Amino acid sequence: MTLIATQSLTKTYGGRVTALSDLTVTVEPGVVGLVGANGAGKSTFIKILLGLLAPTRGRASVLGLDPTTDAAAVRARVGYMPEHDCLPPDLSAAEFVTHLGRMSGLPKTVARERASEALRHVGLYEERYRQIGGYSTGMKQRVKLAQALVHDPDLLLLDEPTNGLDPAGRDAMLALIQRIGAEFGISVVVCSHLLGEVERICDALVAIDGGRLLRSDHISAMTSATDVLAVEVSEGIDQLAARLTELALPVRRDGRLLLVPLADDQTYDSILRAVAELDLPLHRLDQRRHRVAELFAPRETASVH
Amino acid sequence: MSTETTTPAPAGVIHDIGYQRYAGARLGRRYVAGSLYVHGLRTAFGFGRSAKAKIFPWLIVAIVAVVAAGLAAVRSQIGQVVLTYAQFADAMSWLVIFFVAVVAPELVSRDLRSGVLPLYFSRPLRRADYALAKLAALVTAAWLLLGAPQLLMFAGAAFTTDKGMGGVWDELLDLLPGLAYAAIWALVFASVALLVASLTGKRAFAAGGIVAVFLMTTPIVGVLMVMPSTTVNRLAGLASPSSLVQGVGVWLFEEWLVTDTAAGIGIGRFGPVYGAAALLLIAACVGLLLARYRKVASA
Repeated sequence: MTLIATQSLTKTYGGRVTALSDLTVTVEPGVVGLVGANGAGKSTFIKILLGLLAPTRGRASVLGLDPTTDAAAVRARVGYMPEHDCLPPDLSAAEFVTHLGRMSGLPKTVARERASEALRHVGLYEERYRQIGGYSTGMKQRVKLAQALVHDPDLLLLDEPTNGLDPAGRDAMLALIQRIGAEFGISVVVCSHLLGEVERICDALVAIDGGRLLRSDHISAMTSATDVLAVEVSEGIDQLAARLTELALPVRRDGRLLLVPLADDQTYDSILRAVAELDLPLHRLDQRRHRVAELFAPRETASVH
Repeated sequence: MSTETTTPAPAGVIHDIGYQRYAGARLGRRYVAGSLYVHGLRTAFGFGRSAKAKIFPWLIVAIVAVVAAGLAAVRSQIGQVVLTYAQFADAMSWLVIFFVAVVAPELVSRDLRSGVLPLYFSRPLRRADYALAKLAALVTAAWLLLGAPQLLMFAGAAFTTDKGMGGVWDELLDLLPGLAYAAIWALVFASVALLVASLTGKRAFAAGGIVAVFLMTTPIVGVLMVMPSTTVNRLAGLASPSSLVQGVGVWLFEEWLVTDTAAGIGIGRFGPVYGAAALLLIAACVGLLLARYRKVASA
């Protein structure tokens, strides 16, 4: 079943500011990264999926339902973690998540049980009776995730879940999201402006920029095709570059490295033979996975003026 | 053929049961709105909140309870009715102003401030249901504040009556208009207060705004009351929510409200105008409240 499908989705604010422009994308279940710079339209996209905003043109479907006409049915099956602060400081996490569980239609006792469970899964079991106002940023992010999880949704929409977290907190949050996708069997859409983060945990990536779709694909398709070999020699780097060019290999200089696209095993042999023939001291020859970040990097930086 | 059998887990072993999907009931709109209403009513009196949040509402409850107990005691001892039930609601109305000024911001401004609304509105709960559940909670809380002490007075009178069941019945007929009058107070005050509170996330501003709306309009009534035209005098009460409700009370419950000792406000034959104005005020406040919540926290 298709998780999310949109057709020429367009959203303009006041007829002038275009947040989404003619976005057509299909997303399959799994952990999906929605990446783009700040202001690329990620939050607008999420809000349309939740039925909080009506699209100006085009259509969207979430779990086979139309969020503009069937918002209640969509929201019953979706969990949403907003980007900004959304927690009352004077309630305990247990009370707050229980209350929101009831707001999702869970009966009283079930809401209490599932709130405890959700908080345990995000790693807040011991602290759950303390007031949220005294929590650290990392703990608050976990409460936000727990409230999105409490009613057992089929789809989680997470808007910048690692915002404000330190590196260890980021890793923990990403591991948790990966676990939700893999073990809990819940599809997740993770919004982020940090590609390096989401590509580690996602099955598929959707990249948008200026409200337009840049690319949507499986993560494997994005990374495998772009593997390169990095060659480092301590001297004679120009000689080697010239020799490799003669061998019809598209060489690129990157500082003290030569980058050669990895076509097949022949590439290894050609490089090694060239190095041996020129009698150069080889430092390093390794396969470098082309980070997805680099795919989008030029356009991303271009959009952040 | 599968020969797999399920072996029962040995007792006394702690398992990490992992994540459990939920296949049980998901209740509908009425349950969700009802839960929010009960939650709001509890919040109004500080239940499920810190001790600090309980101080103010219970201080006001204590005042009205002491007054009601005093009235009941005076009546049982010297047999004099100092205030009728309806007059009690009238006399305590200024406390209701402070009560709604503190509780309405607790109900709505707090949610605006902490940014929790996106969490509500990303759930099946409708925006209008949110606003109406909060309003119903505040109306109920204000009505309980004026109504419960009347029950206390009623209990005092009913147990000390010397006319048997007939006396209790007469007492009940006096009580009901008092409760109805309290309901009008609660409706008007709660809808005005909640609308004002829904405009700001700062609780102190909201409380100040609510008190201002109720108290700043009173001088206008005073000025209109001394104008040379009788018609203007009679319609002066329309200018302020408090005198508006009093006017409606005099129109509907004159028998219980206007006695030898208390004149009530003069409305002449304009009673229906006061009634219509009160309805219009409530409708306008609810309409604006719903309009406010159609927009808030959507972008």
